[in-house]
Amino acid sequence: MDAIYWPSFFFFLFSGLACAFAVAVLLSSNIVRMAFYLVLSLGATAGLMFLAGAEFVGAMQLLIYVGGTLVLLIFGVMLTSQERFVVMKTWAGDWVKAFLAGGALLFILTYAAFSIPEWRGIERAEADAIVAQPSVTPIAMGLLGARTDDPSRSGYLLPFEIVSVHLLVVLIGAAYLARAKRSRSNIEKI
Amino acid sequence: MAPFLSQYIWTWLAYTIAGLVHVALILNLVAVGALVFIWLERKISGRIQDRLGPTRVGGKFGWLQTLADGIKLLSKEDLAPGGADHFLFKIAPYVSFCASIAAFIAIPFAGGEYPWIAQHLNVGVFFVLAVMGLEVFGVILAGYSSASKWSLFGAMREAAQVVSFEVPLGMCVVVPVLIAGSLDLVVIGDSQAGWFTNWIVFHDPFTFIIFWVYCTCATASVNRAPFDLAEAESELVAGFHTEYSGLRWSFFFMAEYGSMFAVGLLASILFLGGWHGPIPVTDFLGIVSENGPFVGYLGQLIGAVNVIGKGVIAVCVMMWIRWTLPRLRIDQVMATGLKYCTPIAAAMFLGATLWQLQMPGKAFFGLIDLPASVYAIGDGGSADKKQPEDAVKPSEEQDQIAQATLAAPKLTRKGL
Repeated sequence: MDAIYWPSFFFFLFSGLACAFAVAVLLSSNIVRMAFYLVLSLGATAGLMFLAGAEFVGAMQLLIYVGGTLVLLIFGVMLTSQERFVVMKTWAGDWVKAFLAGGALLFILTYAAFSIPEWRGIERAEADAIVAQPSVTPIAMGLLGARTDDPSRSGYLLPFEIVSVHLLVVLIGAAYLARAKRSRSNIEKI
Repeated sequence: MAPFLSQYIWTWLAYTIAGLVHVALILNLVAVGALVFIWLERKISGRIQDRLGPTRVGGKFGWLQTLADGIKLLSKEDLAPGGADHFLFKIAPYVSFCASIAAFIAIPFAGGEYPWIAQHLNVGVFFVLAVMGLEVFGVILAGYSSASKWSLFGAMREAAQVVSFEVPLGMCVVVPVLIAGSLDLVVIGDSQAGWFTNWIVFHDPFTFIIFWVYCTCATASVNRAPFDLAEAESELVAGFHTEYSGLRWSFFFMAEYGSMFAVGLLASILFLGGWHGPIPVTDFLGIVSENGPFVGYLGQLIGAVNVIGKGVIAVCVMMWIRWTLPRLRIDQVMATGLKYCTPIAAAMFLGATLWQLQMPGKAFFGLIDLPASVYAIGDGGSADKKQPEDAVKPSEEQDQIAQATLAAPKLTRKGL
């Protein structure tokens, strides 16, 4: 009676939720509802991260995507959307283009995932033997330049710095764009 | 609990039962907590304003008042405005409530080898902060979908306030993490074992200041007075939940009281010693898990009473502040968060870092020559816990990491 294997069950639950809400984002036409479904989809993805033992990444997902980006998105919608932008209509050509782009990405990802031998699925005994390791310290050490799993390889200090500087540039750019402009005409005020 | 049960029944049933018990405990903690806190708030506000508060329902102290309120709220009609987005309008209270409850998943109520915690995460602090930030999403949904300008204004104000106060709050929380050397709430709480002098709030002058900054930011991020402009009844007709009635309205309030309790518990674990009392009574009496499972259970129970008591005291202080301080204007709220709390928190973070660098592992009270008797008593029960250097017990992983770091000294030096 040990038929239910809980990790698999929760994997399918969370991945199913993520996919279902992603489809719901596509199918809904109201932009605020889209944001709501996107939150649920990203939250389910965070659940997948927790299931995989990557607790830090999962909490990061919740903090940045669900808590931060989505709030910003809804703020943007509320501040900018006029009547005709709140409900979005998708034309047939857009559907075709979106299916081509998304389908190509899905094909590549699926192909890549199943071409790696370790990802083709493992036995129950092997799955039981895998114990999730704490992930915070290795990530932090890696970002500071030392890999705990393999000391002979270098860490991620340079990419981390590049990303940080990039984010700073984005921040300054956003502040520049959003600064109080001198009003040249009345059109800008509206 | 699950490994213990699985000796007798099927594994899947054991895990299901364990999960359900945890869920029931957390749900009841939040719901019953809100029940008690609402009654307590009315009693405290009554006393502060020189009146009695609820007295009619339930005989002594009016203790049935919130139950009567609950029945009243249940029997009210579930209204929604005509222009509202009905689906989002109906689901918004649940989003807030779920975010508030989910924070309790990672909050421990007793530490030690077998901590009382629903899910032991090694990024506990981070998870709690991340999840409590989600509450604002339900608020924005409620404000946006109500089709009312009061709600929209309230939601905008609350979102701006919560998002801006999360910056200093995060900085305040980093300091105990820095001192304990872990993001794990159980490790942070256990690093403050012993006398109250080991509490992080008394660790050094910087932590003492940052504790008060944390209190300010926590009050603001759960929308309590003097930062409750988002739901100001005199200006915004109750803000983002103007249009809500009956049970959905009460879900918002349960979420608010749940968050208050959560930040109170977080304050007690991060700064006020967690499940360790001001005097290590359990160590004197030998109520520790080394002396057998039953005695250990008793010790854990005392720890849980400690941490919940501190959380309740924190909530009572928030109520006291609410009924004694005037409400701030929205620009004053934002100025408090961004102009005062953030720089102070940043400076204190820097100071605490320098303290750790200069005097690693030494607390403020360790520098003053206290009467030897103070420490002598403390040594009686917990000889190994008294030394602040041993406060953070290096686990096996940390040893491995240290060895890995030592094995690659060049990389570390260059990297740092």
